[in-house]
Amino acid sequence: MSNTATDTLTPVLTANWGAERSWTLESYEQHGGYQALKKALGMAPDDIISAVKDSGLRGRGGAGFPTGMKWSFIPQDNPKPKYLVVNADESEPGTCKDIPLMMASPHTLVEGVIISSFAIRANKAFIYIRGEVLHVIRRVQAAVAEAYAAGHLGRDIHGSGFDLDIVVHAGAGAYICGEETALLEGLEGRRGQPRLRPPFPAVAGLYASPTVINNVESIASVPSIIANGAEWFSSMGTEKSKGYGIFSLSGHVTSPGQYEAPLGITLRQLIDVAGGMRPGPDGQPARLKFWTPGGSSTPLLTEEHLDLPLDFESMGEAGTMLGTRALQLFDETTCVVRAVLRWTEFYKHESCGKCTPCREGTWWLVQTLAALERGEGSESDLDLLLDQCENILGRSFCALGDGATSPISSSIKFFRDEYLAHLTHGGCPFDPAASTAWAATTAGAKA
Amino acid sequence: MTATHDKAPEKAAEQDLVTLTIDGIEVSVPKDTLVIRAAEQIGVQVPRFCDHPLLEPVGACRQCLVDVPDAGNGRGFPKPQASCTLPVAPGMVVNTQATSEVADKAQQGVMEFLLINHPLDCPVCDKGGECPLQNQAMSNGQGESRFAGSGSGGVKRTFPKPINLSPQVLLDRERCIVCQRCTRFADEIAGDPFIALVERGAQQQIGIAEDAPFLSYFSGNTIQICPVGALTSESYRFRSRPFDLVSTPSVAEHDACGSAIRVDHRRGKVMRRLAGDDPEVNEEWITDKDRFAFAYASLEDRLGYPQVRDRVEDGGDGQLRPASWPEAFAVAARGLHAAGAAGGVGVLTGGRLTAEDAYAYAKFARVSLGTHDIDFRARPHSAEEAEFLAAHVALTGPWAGGVSYADLETARTVVLVGLEPEDEAGAIFLRLRKASRHGTGRVLALAPYTTRGLRKMGGTLVPTAPGQEPAALAGLLGHADHGIDSGTVVLAGERLAAVPGALSAVADLAAKTGARVAWVPRRAGDRGAVEAGCLPTLLPGGRPVADAAARVDAATSWGVGSLPEAPGRDADAIVAALVAGELGGLVVAGVEPDDTTDPAATRAAIEAAGFVVALGLRDTEVTRAADVVFPVAAPVEKAGTYLTWEGRPRPFEAVLPSPTALPDLRVLAGVSEELAALGQGAPLGFRTVADVRAEMEQLGPWDGDRPAMTPVEPAPTDGQGLALSTWKLMIDGGSMQDGDKHLAATARPAVARVSPATYAELGEPDAVVLTGDRGSVTMPAEVVEDMTDGTVWVPAASTGAGVLAGLASPGSRVTVKGAGA
Repeated sequence: MSNTATDTLTPVLTANWGAERSWTLESYEQHGGYQALKKALGMAPDDIISAVKDSGLRGRGGAGFPTGMKWSFIPQDNPKPKYLVVNADESEPGTCKDIPLMMASPHTLVEGVIISSFAIRANKAFIYIRGEVLHVIRRVQAAVAEAYAAGHLGRDIHGSGFDLDIVVHAGAGAYICGEETALLEGLEGRRGQPRLRPPFPAVAGLYASPTVINNVESIASVPSIIANGAEWFSSMGTEKSKGYGIFSLSGHVTSPGQYEAPLGITLRQLIDVAGGMRPGPDGQPARLKFWTPGGSSTPLLTEEHLDLPLDFESMGEAGTMLGTRALQLFDETTCVVRAVLRWTEFYKHESCGKCTPCREGTWWLVQTLAALERGEGSESDLDLLLDQCENILGRSFCALGDGATSPISSSIKFFRDEYLAHLTHGGCPFDPAASTAWAATTAGAKA
Repeated sequence: MTATHDKAPEKAAEQDLVTLTIDGIEVSVPKDTLVIRAAEQIGVQVPRFCDHPLLEPVGACRQCLVDVPDAGNGRGFPKPQASCTLPVAPGMVVNTQATSEVADKAQQGVMEFLLINHPLDCPVCDKGGECPLQNQAMSNGQGESRFAGSGSGGVKRTFPKPINLSPQVLLDRERCIVCQRCTRFADEIAGDPFIALVERGAQQQIGIAEDAPFLSYFSGNTIQICPVGALTSESYRFRSRPFDLVSTPSVAEHDACGSAIRVDHRRGKVMRRLAGDDPEVNEEWITDKDRFAFAYASLEDRLGYPQVRDRVEDGGDGQLRPASWPEAFAVAARGLHAAGAAGGVGVLTGGRLTAEDAYAYAKFARVSLGTHDIDFRARPHSAEEAEFLAAHVALTGPWAGGVSYADLETARTVVLVGLEPEDEAGAIFLRLRKASRHGTGRVLALAPYTTRGLRKMGGTLVPTAPGQEPAALAGLLGHADHGIDSGTVVLAGERLAAVPGALSAVADLAAKTGARVAWVPRRAGDRGAVEAGCLPTLLPGGRPVADAAARVDAATSWGVGSLPEAPGRDADAIVAALVAGELGGLVVAGVEPDDTTDPAATRAAIEAAGFVVALGLRDTEVTRAADVVFPVAAPVEKAGTYLTWEGRPRPFEAVLPSPTALPDLRVLAGVSEELAALGQGAPLGFRTVADVRAEMEQLGPWDGDRPAMTPVEPAPTDGQGLALSTWKLMIDGGSMQDGDKHLAATARPAVARVSPATYAELGEPDAVVLTGDRGSVTMPAEVVEDMTDGTVWVPAASTGAGVLAGLASPGSRVTVKGAGA
């Protein structure tokens, strides 16, 4: 790694991940933890909201809605209790930032929850963690217990008169519960399906009360904003995409992992930091074939997009989304049809069933794609696939259906010929073993 | 000033209207209207499945997508919007499939998706021919499916067919498009969420929730609102095709709710019944009894011809034999003539008559038999009740400020006394549940325990042991929390007749607070019988027998010299008089002895009567004991009118011809003509339902003084043993539910309910034996947390001959022991 490459990184959330027993309260406090809380408790709640607004922090869960604005939507004159709900149901294929964060430094999240709850005047906060990651659930539970013991939680926190309880809730294993209203349904003990909006959660969310739902990384960013000031935060990033974020690199890259950098960094820089693409058959770094900027639900991009700034605006202009910054990198050993089929199978499996386009559409998409991968069907099936995607995109109840169409329509846009090659080849022209992580570097395309 | 006053309401109405443009046509609709219904106003039907006007919007099926280039704020929606969840906004511009290619394509796309996993079994599907999916696939879908030709040929998802959601309702999961209408109905309307979504994605299906079978009194509605053939009933499944059916609007005959129904018949046989749509009465819902209980009219034991008894004293064999109608008329007239000479004839009509038939009985008693000995109340009753009916019920109705269904939704408080709506008046239950869901009112129930129905209405129990109703009603007055005032509606059930002083207390409460009162009987004909004069104290049109002017009024209208001055006997007195030999004969309609105050006495009275003319539907112990038997038309075979509990007339026409039976009024006309020929009375002067309707119209209501009610003091209620609380469950052993075993299987189990203290005293037995002055019954025991101590509840007609015949009178004392103890 060159110095110039690592200089581009801005470890804030990840700064203490390498510390000894970084997940303990002791280690966290040694690294300055809970100082922001002390500061926050001396502030007026509205000033915290203003600070978060001024920082330009945008939701880190994918949609990028300004966090401070979301908080200010909470009607403070509503007599019902206010709730903070942390969306820790990280399930998007390729996304791997919240889970490592909660694993390595759960107190960053807990501190963020306390400050955020104080700001929106919530006395109860929920952390909804996807149920499959039991080790993470236990770690966050332990951190919450430590925080109670240290007086950071409970009644009259540090003499401020502010009460807060945190409930760590384990999800039951459904991608849809990452959708905020489905998450609320699940939290209430009901079937995880998205709710009709309006009313929006800010007005009638959990138990029909005003509710803020934020991603783990958004909430975890709050202590640093309070500690260092809004200006410090907004000095990083681009004009409309402020601050830093965790970029998760996975796939055919030498050192996959989480890299924290200002928004607006390019993939080329990140690959550089991560030691380049993995070696190809010739021993040279493999060539990037396609990649997702923010998980499988964001339309994929190719090598030509390597130098685009990874921020909300540039990704939007490129016809995709920044999403969760889940950068999945695929080199030329990968069959795009195969990759897209796997993703589509995921969406079919995870479609909640509530609305027709997503439920039935994913059922059909998988069949058509699977046939193409086997070399069956005809060229007209590509147009059919695109038409199916058109009939799902923007017609579904929530964004799950939209996401399901992204890999298909974007891959056909960039790799139509590769689809057709399956038909002429009578099946997949690639050696599936060559694309695996354990593939011998000499393995390559059959054709 | 006048002009201003005139304009004010108009202006208010204008303010509540929202003007938008749909398909280029400007339309104004009330605010909060959904776009899908606003489009209907300009004649555009946006296709839909999950949408239902009486259910909360859900936006699940996505079939109703429309293009909204301007949401009313100058900005449009980038994506098509579900018109079933989108409220109108001023200045909004909406383009439906009629004018927008985007909307049309979106709808065609959703339709194509809906069909990929839908089986192609329309030719054998019950819904085929009346199927919203089939119809809208034709109107808003493509002719050809791309699914089968895509990839290597589309493969449909399959499920084993069908599964039972209940003994009556079957689910074909392949056909289901998971629109959630059924689950939303069960959850929102009926409050019986026994079905729920399970699994997800294309495997998502309707399932039985938490091992609870779909035992609901309203489950059949889910079949009707299912937009595909996924839900079917055991009774109708595979029986007929919709296009072979002849549909006739009618009115349900199973309770006093007057629910609109549609009767579908084919080749002279009723195949099924559906809910009619009447926003003023039952909205679009009916009970399962109204829907499925119709086979009783076509059972084997239906009477097919008149019969007369060849009496031993006349040299006959003492057996009933078939007779012609003219002979039966003549024999009946001769017998009644003789019985009249031997003390007189009483008339027991039962509560199932149409208003026209009830009028015929009322006139027949007065004009042909010369008596006021007539009573429709084939159940425990009292003189207090007769006075209450005359003073507070007759001649009331929504048109005269009487309580209506709509009032149940707007009343601040609804007091239920002697009434369990879920069991005894389903449409009232649904209205009160609706009101409670919308938070507009509250329900107070004077009952011994919180029933499931009361919980579903969000109601509050005012614990009231049987017999304590007068005290509980009086207690409402002084109870600030209950806040009984002119915004209160009191629904008094017919069961109060068995509690001395209860109806007096109702009248007293109303007089002191301004609360409005409605009387809710159980049977379809009860309310009409009051107006028609089937009471010893009332002539038709609410004319008091005791009022000479009223008697003259009726006699003049009927063209007879005078009406008897002597007051009539009520049903109990008629029974007693027959047993004592004071009455010589009896004309009896649809009365079942087991329903009456004292079943044994009623049987003895029929036995003792010198001459009995029975008008009946089916072969019963009453017709078998009669001297002349006339088969009468079932409700489905005649025109008529039921009055709802509100007093609202619900006329209906005949659905089927009836070659072997006549309406009661025609039978009575025939007998009256023969009697007149014998010199007794005058012919009734009508022969058809239309004649009777005209005559009732001409007679009109009594415009003189209403009789006052003499308050009755409550009776002491102490005694040994437990006080017996009982009412009839909606689905029970009632004879009009005969013939549909699937319906019968949805009945709630018969259990004896006791308080925890009583249960502990009994030694916590599995079952209990109740013993009263008329017999013993054994039932499983069930503990009810808030049952008033010293009370036991059992269903009135779910076991054996029922409580009245086999245990004791309601409110009396019974002893309870653990079974086997």
